[in-house]
Amino acid sequence: MSKYETVIGLEIHAQLLTESKMFCGCSTKFGNKPNTNICPVCTGQPGVLPVTNKKAIELAIKTAIALSCKIEPSSVFARKNYFYPDLPKAYQVSQYELPLATGGHIEIEVAGQKKRIGIIRVHLEEDAGKLVHQGADRIMGSDSSLVDYNRTGVPLMEIVSEPDIRSPLEAKAFMETLQHLLQFIQVCDAKMEEGSLRCDANISIRPVGDKKLGTKTEIKNMNSFRGVLKALGSEEKRHAEVKEAGGTIIQETRYFDDTTETTTGMRSKESAHDYRYFPEPDLVPVEPEGAWISEIKKTIGELPEAKKQRFETECGLSAADAELLISSPVLAAFFEQAIKLHDKPKIVANWIMGDLTAYLNENKKAIDEIDFTPAQLVEILKSIDKGTISGKIAKTVLVEVLKSGKQVKDVIAESGMTQVSDEGEIIKIIKEVLKHNPGPVAEYKKGKKATIGFLVGQVMKASKGRANPGMANKLLAKLLAES
Amino acid sequence: MKIDVEHVAKLARLGLSEEEKKLFADQLSAIFEFAEMLNKLDTKNTPPTSHAIPMKNVLREDKVVPCKNVEDILANAPEEEAHMFKVPRILE
Repeated sequence: MSKYETVIGLEIHAQLLTESKMFCGCSTKFGNKPNTNICPVCTGQPGVLPVTNKKAIELAIKTAIALSCKIEPSSVFARKNYFYPDLPKAYQVSQYELPLATGGHIEIEVAGQKKRIGIIRVHLEEDAGKLVHQGADRIMGSDSSLVDYNRTGVPLMEIVSEPDIRSPLEAKAFMETLQHLLQFIQVCDAKMEEGSLRCDANISIRPVGDKKLGTKTEIKNMNSFRGVLKALGSEEKRHAEVKEAGGTIIQETRYFDDTTETTTGMRSKESAHDYRYFPEPDLVPVEPEGAWISEIKKTIGELPEAKKQRFETECGLSAADAELLISSPVLAAFFEQAIKLHDKPKIVANWIMGDLTAYLNENKKAIDEIDFTPAQLVEILKSIDKGTISGKIAKTVLVEVLKSGKQVKDVIAESGMTQVSDEGEIIKIIKEVLKHNPGPVAEYKKGKKATIGFLVGQVMKASKGRANPGMANKLLAKLLAES
Repeated sequence: MKIDVEHVAKLARLGLSEEEKKLFADQLSAIFEFAEMLNKLDTKNTPPTSHAIPMKNVLREDKVVPCKNVEDILANAPEEEAHMFKVPRILE
């Protein structure tokens, strides 16, 4: 047991799923040619008038509700003044003293232990541009940089946690839970690797039992869940080592390098953090009325935890199965649509998590990236119930439908894989099998009744899996008794 | 109230001569003292004012309106490369 306790608070930035930017009509589309989604407003030309994007406000309110925050009666945009090449206006518009929402929480789970992490605030701001450093693979040591302002002014939502997090593992769990929530309520696509979900951390350590917080450092550039884990793990260790050696931690910003998996301190030209915030005169306060908030609340739907509970109690799924299904909102939606058409939740869940997920993993696709509907899955399952195909054949049919994109009924018809339930035809196959297996037949007659299993297997094989297994069993027993 | 002109100038990336420093220190101090008159008023029941006009919720629908003068904006770049603004070394 370590003699130190780690204290972590996270600041999360999430790009909101809007079509246009925060204060102008430029597209937010990712991956366009550099500096094509720019205009006089987002590049800070003199005399322009920014106007707030209504959808961005709604998505942030939606998030705030999902995080059980209080929506503030009035929030105000401010100018945060600093010089940096990715910020053409020389200030970032951000809510500061009066944020959109305050005081919420989210529940995380680490090693079976549930824990509530407080949310200090949710506020809106605008994203900065993107820098490409030249002459080195990172900012340190580069001779010059190229700036693309396409991302400048993209709506960004900042979520600040209380310093309730006590380990790198909890920090990772927090990020995963939050990502899941943001994707579920469809406010952000929340892909850390693509930068639509980012996180900075404040970390400090203190002797176990101490109330006073230690000196913190701010960690940036953690671009994946693994990065969060590694960066905070290495920083936590560094703090302890410095203290053990009798040194003191300097309050600074440190960058995580995922090749060395360590953090490095970095001094920027802007050493003094004196942002001289003042209210943005061009943007008036946001004062959401009760009716508007209620409308937004209706768009949230069921939150992941509630959905999981319902899958367990109403559908009779195990906790692990329910967890897997809600791991992706699109997968959960697929399941729900399927059970509406076919009220056998356990069977539907098994098919989704089994063969369907296996196919998706193999092809590295998400369920909404393929041309396969809940109705098609149900059609296959109903064909099993009707006896048209066997459960085993159904697996082949599923893969064929997924691969070819053909109709289920066509795949079943074309492949000649329909189940044989015709008595005459099955008897014909059984007679063939009995003729070719005199040994086992003799054994059966001597009283070794288990041999029938082998013979049924031979019948299934001879019919290429198409014989109705129930009928094959019954008819085989009958023919053996008669012969 | 004394204004730290050098600090303010540094934050604004302004290089000032000795005379300018003195001139602006006096001017800024006078402006500050003028504003300090407000401290004589009892503002206990006055909410902080962020805007002079009583307006709220001025919002626009989330619609993309492409900009027609992208090239004009880029023409302001001191140096351009690959349709991007080229800037000198950022970190010392």
